[in-house]
Amino acid sequence: MKNKKILVSLIVLVIFSAVLYNCSDSNNGFGDAANQVYVAPGTHDDFYFFTSGGFSGQVGVYGLPSGRLFKQLSVFSQHPETGYGYSEETKPMLMTSHGFIPWDDAHHPKISQTEGVADGRWLFINANNTPRVARIDLKTFETNEIIEIPNSGGNHGSPFLTENTEYVVASTRFSVPIPDRDVSISSYKENFKGTISFIKVESSGKMNLAFQILVPGFNYDLAHAGKGPSHGWAFFTSYNTEEANTLLEVNASQSDKDFIAAVNWKAAEKFVAEGKAKSLSAEYYRNYFDEEKQHAFSEKNSKVLILSPQECPGLIYYLPTPKSPHGVDVDPSGEYIVAGGKLAAVIPIHSFSKMQQAIESKDFIGDVGGIPILKYESIIAGEVEDPGLGPLHTEFDGDGYAYTSAFISSEIVKWKLGTWEVVDRIPTYYSIGHLSIPGGDTKKPWGKYVIALNKITKDRYLPTGPELTQSAQLIDISGDKMKLLLDFPTVGEPHYAQGIPAEVLAKNSKKFFELEKNNHPHGVKSEKETRVERKGNEVRVYMTTTRTHFKPDNIEGIRVGDKVYFHITNLEQDWDIPHGFAIKGLQNGELLIMPGQTKTIVWNPLKAGVYPFYCTDFCSALHQEMSGYVRVSPSGSNVPLSFN
Amino acid sequence: MMTVKSRILMFVASILLLSTFLFPIWNIDLHAPQYPEGIGLRIWINQITGLNEFDLHNINKLNHYIGMKEIQPDAIKELKIMPYIIIGFVLLGLLITLLKRKKLVVVWLVLLLITLGVGLYDFYLWEYDYGHNLNPNAAIKVPGMVYQPPLIGSKKLLNMNAVSLPGIGGIFIGISVVLSSLAIYYDRKNK
Repeated sequence: MKNKKILVSLIVLVIFSAVLYNCSDSNNGFGDAANQVYVAPGTHDDFYFFTSGGFSGQVGVYGLPSGRLFKQLSVFSQHPETGYGYSEETKPMLMTSHGFIPWDDAHHPKISQTEGVADGRWLFINANNTPRVARIDLKTFETNEIIEIPNSGGNHGSPFLTENTEYVVASTRFSVPIPDRDVSISSYKENFKGTISFIKVESSGKMNLAFQILVPGFNYDLAHAGKGPSHGWAFFTSYNTEEANTLLEVNASQSDKDFIAAVNWKAAEKFVAEGKAKSLSAEYYRNYFDEEKQHAFSEKNSKVLILSPQECPGLIYYLPTPKSPHGVDVDPSGEYIVAGGKLAAVIPIHSFSKMQQAIESKDFIGDVGGIPILKYESIIAGEVEDPGLGPLHTEFDGDGYAYTSAFISSEIVKWKLGTWEVVDRIPTYYSIGHLSIPGGDTKKPWGKYVIALNKITKDRYLPTGPELTQSAQLIDISGDKMKLLLDFPTVGEPHYAQGIPAEVLAKNSKKFFELEKNNHPHGVKSEKETRVERKGNEVRVYMTTTRTHFKPDNIEGIRVGDKVYFHITNLEQDWDIPHGFAIKGLQNGELLIMPGQTKTIVWNPLKAGVYPFYCTDFCSALHQEMSGYVRVSPSGSNVPLSFN
Repeated sequence: MMTVKSRILMFVASILLLSTFLFPIWNIDLHAPQYPEGIGLRIWINQITGLNEFDLHNINKLNHYIGMKEIQPDAIKELKIMPYIIIGFVLLGLLITLLKRKKLVVVWLVLLLITLGVGLYDFYLWEYDYGHNLNPNAAIKVPGMVYQPPLIGSKKLLNMNAVSLPGIGGIFIGISVVLSSLAIYYDRKNK
């Protein structure tokens, strides 16, 4: 009897130990996840991953699968780290019809496409607050162009691209009086309108606002252009079809169905060519960086072409979609248009071919402002049942599956295209917004991972006071079951993000700018050309940097009240040798000058004295020696201008 | 009289020398952890370039720390003379192929070897000058340290490992020497 007890105890002990051993071995249930995300020192990630910086106004560049941050791209906000928006060369990039705007809210990065596949030439991203779209060159990773969008408020539904980057499309989240004027807000239904904008992208990348379509005053939220058979169309979600202007959380949530606007942009081009568009006065800026001059310029535009659906039959159709749809995503085949009805109990999937048939047979249930409303039952391909609460966005893996983020139930739901059945689901931590699969909204998804872009972090990291890090989660989708691999923090709120295989971009990355090609109006090519010139109160310092000195490094004869321009050319022609510039009392930012570049900072010395300046970017063994002095004399002083 | 075989060899040996217009004759590569992409010099018969486009510029930048004088290809007169010497050897070699005179092949080879010897010695003198003739006010001064790269082989110069080897053009000159020697050998056997 006693022996039996001992035996049982022994067996229990063995099993218990085995369980314990397994637990410690399985890494909290994550198995070999560490191996899947570990990128050994000196080796590279497989993907670039561009995350929107949200309210930082920038773009984050990460590597996948490691989740390592490489860079923050300066886009819509002044960036003290790079001098963007502080230097004379970059300040014009932030000009708008409302003046110089030092900040914005960046939401949706989109990589340019050729034949529906991400090609890695440029990255586009929207400014939500003061409506703009930026184009970032993916050779230099610098913002090369920003175009303002007039007749828009809350540029949320952008920048979505057509298959060959013919157009960047944008819709206004907040309807506004068009043209903007002083009217009572309660006259919303009468005076407020929405616009859908088509920005033409030339082969050089240059953007211009081709035309806008005036639409009923709903809130246009997100968009996607068609692809394959649906190329030539673009789809825009709308909510607040109630046209409420107060307490939207209730008043804009009453209708059973809102609309997706299906816009035939090939038809729009035809209407514009036929002269159907009206020219409307509208002030908006286009700012561009001239790489030869190494300087940004602002160009003010005053007219925009406007199309009205009433005068352009066949231009737009409304697809009824339950309830306050947020995202609208087109599958890789171009046939299915998936809507994320954020308050809906199902995910509706519209069929492009059925939509075409319904248009053909005029299967309409009414119209709004001259826009026919198609019959839901006639265009629907299927509905995903039990898709999680608050479905927002859908991306595709290219193997016949779709992945939808569900905000309220904090999960990603995987379902099959065609059968509409849910096949897998995985929790996210917490409250996922967008999700992203590399190439997941193009004709050719690269698959492999889905990244959850979360709104709330709570206890996932060490606490850092009330403001916590933003967060993304890397999930393996190569098997039947989704598998969480990694949490990684992100800078600013990552709304949307896009990934692209490293080999597409890495080979094009520029190492430095060629000094020979630098045609900056105030640049110099050698130390022999350095000098200081005075014209009245304006002093221009033509300075160079190289390892390891400034030329000139001693300047005298500056006076209080002068406006001093430091035009600094980095003469280096080597990889990863930027120089920086900062001078005591500079009321502006620093300069960070890439090899071969010229950058300018303006300084207004306020007090007589001697001001040291120095290189801010540790450049070489004698970096600490890379410094100099400027002597500032009282205004009216006769200390002669001198330098060496 | 030269045999057909040795005339072909001599013809090829002469023409191969022209490769020095297409490829550098000598390479000096510098290896350091900060230069994963490589940095180095390519010495041609008529110019000095870098492994990468701006390497000469960057090597001069680095050299200024140790007080080495700037490498300025325009100031090296050998780079102006060498192309003529090469063309002279090519024309002479082709002429010998036409004249079919055995003894002239020996003369050609001896002249070529003497020229190569003088060239290498001259190269050594340049290296010696750059490596020893340093600015006394240089930022980095290591007592007893000289920065002469090896004529051939590798040598550690502070953080840089300098590797000096013949370039493709130099190797072709070597092949040219071998081929003309073979021509002499076959002609001897044919006596």
